[in-house]
Amino acid sequence: MGYNWQWYQIPKYIYRYTDNGFQFGELMFGLWTTITLSFSAFALAVILGLLLALLRLSGLFIGTKVAVCFLEFVRNIPLLVLVYLFYYVLGPVFKYDRYTASILCLAVYHSALISEILRAGINAVAQGQWEAAKSIGMSKAQMYRYIILPQSIRFMLPPMTGEVIHMVKSSAIVSVIAVAELTTLGQNIISDTYMAFEIWFTIAVIYMIVIMILSIGASQVERRYTVTN
Amino acid sequence: MSYTSPIINFESVDKFYGNFHALKDITISVNSGERMVICGPSGSGKSTLIRCINGLENHNSGKLTVDGVEVFEGSKDIIRLRQEIGMVFQQFNLFPHLTVLENLTIGPIKVRKISKPEAEIMARKYLERVHIPEQAEKYPAELSGGQQQRVAIARSLCMESKILLFDEPTSALDPEMINEVLDVMVELADTGMTMVCVTHEMGFARKVADTMVFMDEGKIIEVAPPEKFFSKPDSDRCREFLEQILEH
Repeated sequence: MGYNWQWYQIPKYIYRYTDNGFQFGELMFGLWTTITLSFSAFALAVILGLLLALLRLSGLFIGTKVAVCFLEFVRNIPLLVLVYLFYYVLGPVFKYDRYTASILCLAVYHSALISEILRAGINAVAQGQWEAAKSIGMSKAQMYRYIILPQSIRFMLPPMTGEVIHMVKSSAIVSVIAVAELTTLGQNIISDTYMAFEIWFTIAVIYMIVIMILSIGASQVERRYTVTN
Repeated sequence: MSYTSPIINFESVDKFYGNFHALKDITISVNSGERMVICGPSGSGKSTLIRCINGLENHNSGKLTVDGVEVFEGSKDIIRLRQEIGMVFQQFNLFPHLTVLENLTIGPIKVRKISKPEAEIMARKYLERVHIPEQAEKYPAELSGGQQQRVAIARSLCMESKILLFDEPTSALDPEMINEVLDVMVELADTGMTMVCVTHEMGFARKVADTMVFMDEGKIIEVAPPEKFFSKPDSDRCREFLEQILEH
């Protein structure tokens, strides 16, 4: 094939020793951005998703309609288009930077998926639990807070961990608006060095390791939760 | 005769599930301190009737007042009213993610805004009352059906409500556990609390009821004190029913 492999170049993008001692390389900074980006977006998505799910379950005509419209709107647009929309259209209007745009976009996209997970989890709690909570005079907010949500976590946890992983993976797409996360930094290095093969392989492996760690962590959490329950 | 005002009052109440006429022109009242037992074949509307009292079901027409407050769909007072109405369910409906003690205290703490230590003292008192003080730290799933139902009764008692509703409290229990629950209910009846109880336990009914009610096809067929109810009920339908369930 005639490709000039230069694997020996790769470690310096991960870590290096300089006069100042140990330093992380560009790819590790990119990974850090990927992680912080994903987790901030995920936290926001859970809050938004919970609001959506509660709105959908509220029984209010308008609430349900708003939630369903939002859900259909987000679900039927490609994520890439949503990224462009949030950066090139809403960005200038509301004056936020690319990093904020990427967090908002990922949060909105995943909130739609998460709201469905939450809704299914809430619906999985037995009807009798609502009745018992009502019968001791709880308000709707108290029923959710003390009785329903704590029980539905058990049903939500497995699909939710899948959603975290999905989030980390789909965060790569914000490289199209040049947010300095793992994929973007990889592209930058390639345009400097033309080491496409080595860098893409390395990036794939980094994503894989992160996601495997997440999966292991998730199954630990799940196991612990079912035992105490 | 001492004057007692009705604490629960149904006036021509009707209830539909779609086209199904579940309650037909129900007019009945329960006095403060009265113990009423409702029986009847399944599908006769007894559970629907009792569930209307605390607004778990909403009636479609007629007037229902409980403790001086009108109950209707979308009522803002219903949440406050429910604090005065305890309910014990056929399927216990304990909160599985909370310990027995937490099941008992969550209402007093979160709804009645009582301090935690105070609520726990009260919870232990009522656990004593239902004869299972030693189970306080366990989770509901670790208890037998009879114990779970007694916890559910204690949970209602902890709200210190004026009225207790029982919706077939022993129907989901194994036969050998029915008596431990009924014993607790008899003891409760002796305290003078207003009780409305849907049950087929006629021995219990005979012991505690002030008033017996027989329902069939969504209608109240017979209302009588237990002596008359069990010896010479007015309606044939009621007599047939009693013969069937008292046979064995």
